[in-house]
Amino acid sequence: MKEQHRYLPATEADRAEMLKTIGVESIEELFSDIPVTTRATNDKRIDLDKPLSEFELIKHMHSLSDLNHTTSNTPYFIGAGTYDHFIPSVVNHVTLKSEFMTAYTPYQPEASQGELQALFEFQTMICELTGMDVSNSSLYDGFTSLGEACNLATAVTKKQTILLSEALHPQAKEVVDTYAFGMEYKVETIGLKHEITDLDQLKSALNEQTAAVVVQYPNFFGSIEDLKEIKDILISSNALLIVVANPLALAKLEAPGNLGADIVVGDMQPLGLPMSYGGPHCGYFTVKSKYMRKVPSRIVGETVDIEGKRGFVMTLQTREQHIRREKATSNMSSNQALNALASSVFMSALGKVGVQEMAQQNIDKTHYLAKQLKEAGFELFNQSVYFNEFVVKLSQPVSIINQYLLEKGFVGGYDVSPLIEVEHGMLLCATEKRTKDEIDQFVKALVEVVK
Amino acid sequence: MTTSNTKLIFEQSRSGRRAFSLLESDVEVFDLTEELPEHLFRKKAAELPEVSELQLMRHYTALANKNFGIETGFYPLGSCTMKYNPKVNEDIARMDGFMHIHPLQDPATVQGALKVMYDLQEDLKQVTGMDDISLQPAAGAQGEWAGLLIFKAYHEKNGEGNQRKTILVPDSAHGTNPASAAVAGYNVVQIKSNEKGTVGVEALKAALGPDTAGLMLTNPNTLGLFEIDIVEIAELVHEAGGLLYYDGANANAILGKSTPGEMGFDVVHLNLHKSFSTPHGGGGPGSGPIGVKKYLSPFLPVPRIEKQKNLYVLNSDYEDTIGRVKGYFGNFGVNVRAYAYIKSMGAEGLQQVSEDAVLNANYLKARLSEYYDTPYKQHCKHEFVLSGLRQKRKGVRTLDIAKRLLDYGFYAPTVYFPLIVEESIMIEPTETEAKETLDEFVEAMIEIAKEVEEDPDLLHDAPLTKSVRRLDEVMAARKPKVIYQD
Repeated sequence: MKEQHRYLPATEADRAEMLKTIGVESIEELFSDIPVTTRATNDKRIDLDKPLSEFELIKHMHSLSDLNHTTSNTPYFIGAGTYDHFIPSVVNHVTLKSEFMTAYTPYQPEASQGELQALFEFQTMICELTGMDVSNSSLYDGFTSLGEACNLATAVTKKQTILLSEALHPQAKEVVDTYAFGMEYKVETIGLKHEITDLDQLKSALNEQTAAVVVQYPNFFGSIEDLKEIKDILISSNALLIVVANPLALAKLEAPGNLGADIVVGDMQPLGLPMSYGGPHCGYFTVKSKYMRKVPSRIVGETVDIEGKRGFVMTLQTREQHIRREKATSNMSSNQALNALASSVFMSALGKVGVQEMAQQNIDKTHYLAKQLKEAGFELFNQSVYFNEFVVKLSQPVSIINQYLLEKGFVGGYDVSPLIEVEHGMLLCATEKRTKDEIDQFVKALVEVVK
Repeated sequence: MTTSNTKLIFEQSRSGRRAFSLLESDVEVFDLTEELPEHLFRKKAAELPEVSELQLMRHYTALANKNFGIETGFYPLGSCTMKYNPKVNEDIARMDGFMHIHPLQDPATVQGALKVMYDLQEDLKQVTGMDDISLQPAAGAQGEWAGLLIFKAYHEKNGEGNQRKTILVPDSAHGTNPASAAVAGYNVVQIKSNEKGTVGVEALKAALGPDTAGLMLTNPNTLGLFEIDIVEIAELVHEAGGLLYYDGANANAILGKSTPGEMGFDVVHLNLHKSFSTPHGGGGPGSGPIGVKKYLSPFLPVPRIEKQKNLYVLNSDYEDTIGRVKGYFGNFGVNVRAYAYIKSMGAEGLQQVSEDAVLNANYLKARLSEYYDTPYKQHCKHEFVLSGLRQKRKGVRTLDIAKRLLDYGFYAPTVYFPLIVEESIMIEPTETEAKETLDEFVEAMIEIAKEVEEDPDLLHDAPLTKSVRRLDEVMAARKPKVIYQD
């Protein structure tokens, strides 16, 4: 007899009783509707490794995990959209609570008040940081949030061109191109003036067909774009201003909502989410209130129950696919609720002051790294003010230097040479986790390699 | 569950508190404001909550206590496959080498992660009967969208892009199907189901034409019924020059029993958070990998994860790709859990999963059919749909039944979906529920049917035992209050 699997409660006796109640002789009768030619029998049987016990599984997974270089054994100086920040234990402990982790979309609000309230709090925190009026309860990641923002902009303006700054994360452009292939609008880029968006090019690219202009804040190369100046250029057109913002930077930088942004999107990864090889992260999506009914995916709203007691529900659902089908504002169903929760816990743990201190430390560490590099004879590419990243010019290909740095025990930066006017440019980041000693050693290693 | 109101975390905030200790900085402070134009630095701080660590934990524990997960009780939400989420997979996803790696670090330094993804692709090929897999889509809806963009790229490549602008969708389909077709730039034409609850071959024939880009199908469909004419349907769609899309939301019914590949589908997505046991997280993160037949491989999203000799690599060198649908490589952390699940089950285990899921559904259906209308009589697969019409005649709606189930300690089934059944109640027990649990649920449903006869107001008033009573959703939408303002 087969061994009972630990995840499956049905015993042979259970199965026999249940078949009897159903009124069939065998389980096969319940599958007799599958056409014979399509059945996975005989030579078409699916072929997988034989099942592992829990202990064997853990051992196997450890052997794979151990093959990877991680931030626990190597200081990382790479950022480029995903950052090695510290995450306090409370975040993991809250997200492991099975009432949050194993629930689904709160279709029955009366039995899902905990999650709904947590998401309402998330929306509030995001609006605080961005200076916007309305936030949804998350999307897949920052890139897909941007794609959805571009769809929204073309839908409300009825214009067909999106202008993307070339100082966006390169994958942001790739994802927007895919969205544009779907919805059949045009994507054009605005070139750079050194490492920031060239406003003269923006002025000449802007026309009556422009649905939106997209800039990143701080931009991909770390520098802080002047959103006000950009908004001033857009005032004369009907184009929307879409800002992709690092939420950590917003602790120190003026909120985009106060500088004229119509839509602000981004990724919550810097605030409480592990890097996890790029996912799951958590997109956020905010708008000014006039676009509230065009927002994609779930929004939680406050209401009362029949006794007048405060409660929370998913609201404005007539925007959504399960009601509106092909006329919905987006096709998204599930989003990243658990990571929105994680990020809320993180923001609550840091609080109003802590998030500013963390942002300041990122500024301090990164500028210390820059200063040490300059003193060692390196030249920075950035000319504008930067947050926690900058580009350093190198004399050899970045991949070769990174190889050497790895031998010295460091993960080096991201190769931006194809993106800007520099032969060998490395985008570097020093988060609050990097110590002075690590930075000094890293600079020393870099000096050695160029010699 | 607690019945007291939980204050918002903002309402517990007191200036000066924190639940976090930043390491002391050992470098000099750099004042950004000296260089930055004044209008770009922040003058008014974001009002984030200020609480101690215990206050924070109590807050979220109070919220958790007002939430219902699979470990709280039976969660028969149809089409969502709310099965047990193994604990060990959480430990595995949190292993250092999976959690603390950067998506842009040199692939040579993350061979373990790439091997997990590569092997998962291989396993999913087996499960789906498809030739190539992309793990990039973040959820089922994104898989659908990516799949339809592949349809689009394929038709464009064949010079039929302008002609084939229609996607056919049965009237029983998930809402994401027509919505995904729309954001892929397609017109949607709905196909009426026949009296047996499946796609009518005649209705399909009438809808197919030179404008057909493809048909999206869930099999078994949202009524829990297997599309018995699938072979003929696939032939008809292909003869008309269209492609066939498999919505894998209901794949839990056919694991190891059949594959979409054998059925004739061209593109497939799977919801790893459904059939492959990764936690639903209250609405994500999920994972929605797609699989395609060989001739559609060139259109898959990039980068692809491939093996070259003994090295796992990222390859973006595909001229006809639809591009990138999401950042990096998909929801890697979710995919690790699904991989661990497959390694725990093996082929026979997965087949047992489907057999038990189907057995549980048919058992519930058999026991409930005396008390509730069952619009479709044939055996179901992993889920089935009841109609609350009999109860509606007594003045009790399906919504009331759903709310009353909460009082009995269960989550409610999916209600008012699929749209083609009046007062529908869609029940999916999954294979991880024991017979005793199913019996308790049946007893509750029978008791509720009795209450409908004897005390209908009890149902109108439900729920009575949750942290809140019935909520005013109309007011929430009419006067939206979506953030806290003190």
